[in-house]
Amino acid sequence: MHVMEGFLPSPWWQIWFAISLPVIIYGIYKLNGLIKNKRDLLPLLAVAGAYIFILSSLKLPSVTGSCSHPTGTGLAAILFGPAISAVLGLIVLLYQALFLAHGGLTTLGANVFSMGIASPVIAYVIYKACTKAGLNFYIAVFLACAFADLATYVVTSIELALAFPAQNGGVLTSFKAFATIFAITHIPLAIIEGAITVLIFKYVIQIKSDVLVKLDVLSEAGLRKIKEMTT
Amino acid sequence: MKLEIIVAVIVLVFTAQFLYISSTTDAEYGGADGEAEGVIDELTGGTYEPIADPIWEPPSGEIESLLFSLQAAIGALVIGYYFGYYKGKKQPM
Repeated sequence: MHVMEGFLPSPWWQIWFAISLPVIIYGIYKLNGLIKNKRDLLPLLAVAGAYIFILSSLKLPSVTGSCSHPTGTGLAAILFGPAISAVLGLIVLLYQALFLAHGGLTTLGANVFSMGIASPVIAYVIYKACTKAGLNFYIAVFLACAFADLATYVVTSIELALAFPAQNGGVLTSFKAFATIFAITHIPLAIIEGAITVLIFKYVIQIKSDVLVKLDVLSEAGLRKIKEMTT
Repeated sequence: MKLEIIVAVIVLVFTAQFLYISSTTDAEYGGADGEAEGVIDELTGGTYEPIADPIWEPPSGEIESLLFSLQAAIGALVIGYYFGYYKGKKQPM
């Protein structure tokens, strides 16, 4: 999903930095609050970060004959909200930029925006909307994570299209060209990410469901309903 | 168990599409990131020069896959520990 090092000309890479930086600062501020006041939630925070680590290292072959990797930010977004997810995303993106030459330091702002901000926001909004509409919890998680994953790639396409508008047709033509590579390749992977994240939630409910109530992911009543359903 | 079965079916369908497509076409399965580079070349007529180079690149594909596996291993370790710890705590011996 990365915009590769050096592949965003001025002023675009600065713009994305300017957009991402405030969110990261807010995320660090929220993270500090979590570390100080809710220490019992830290193990789950580690899981959310680790999940992004795993999924973004797995480059999967897709129907278009090219490879791409899921991002895993949906889990963090549902549990801890978009701001904290942005910080977790930043950690993974730094690892990959420094050690793997995937993404890069000049494009870090843009990559943080697509993977760490836009995608978690989509996950969060879809999850909240689905639960409000009374949809089944697991279906809500699936939709939130699948679309969040896809959103990363759509946003990456937008970022590249804005920086490289086609000579005839402009941004829209470029967007189509980039989206064909990124977004279409990614549809099957988004489905897989959604499905696997559902399983993670199922196991969290089995072993430590109280954290979900604490994090306001589920209400007491909602949790009871899911538990009755599965037993 | 129902959820596990659904997920298993999704993964199986995914594997089947990979086996089918990889055996019927000569797809290269390169990274989508690199393909974007091709599109940029096309859009700019090959005039675009990256404004920066990665400060360090894995010297070979082997090293790269080592670092990728390391990334996944760290993640898997943490998740396994978490689920194992709380599962164990729930069922005292």
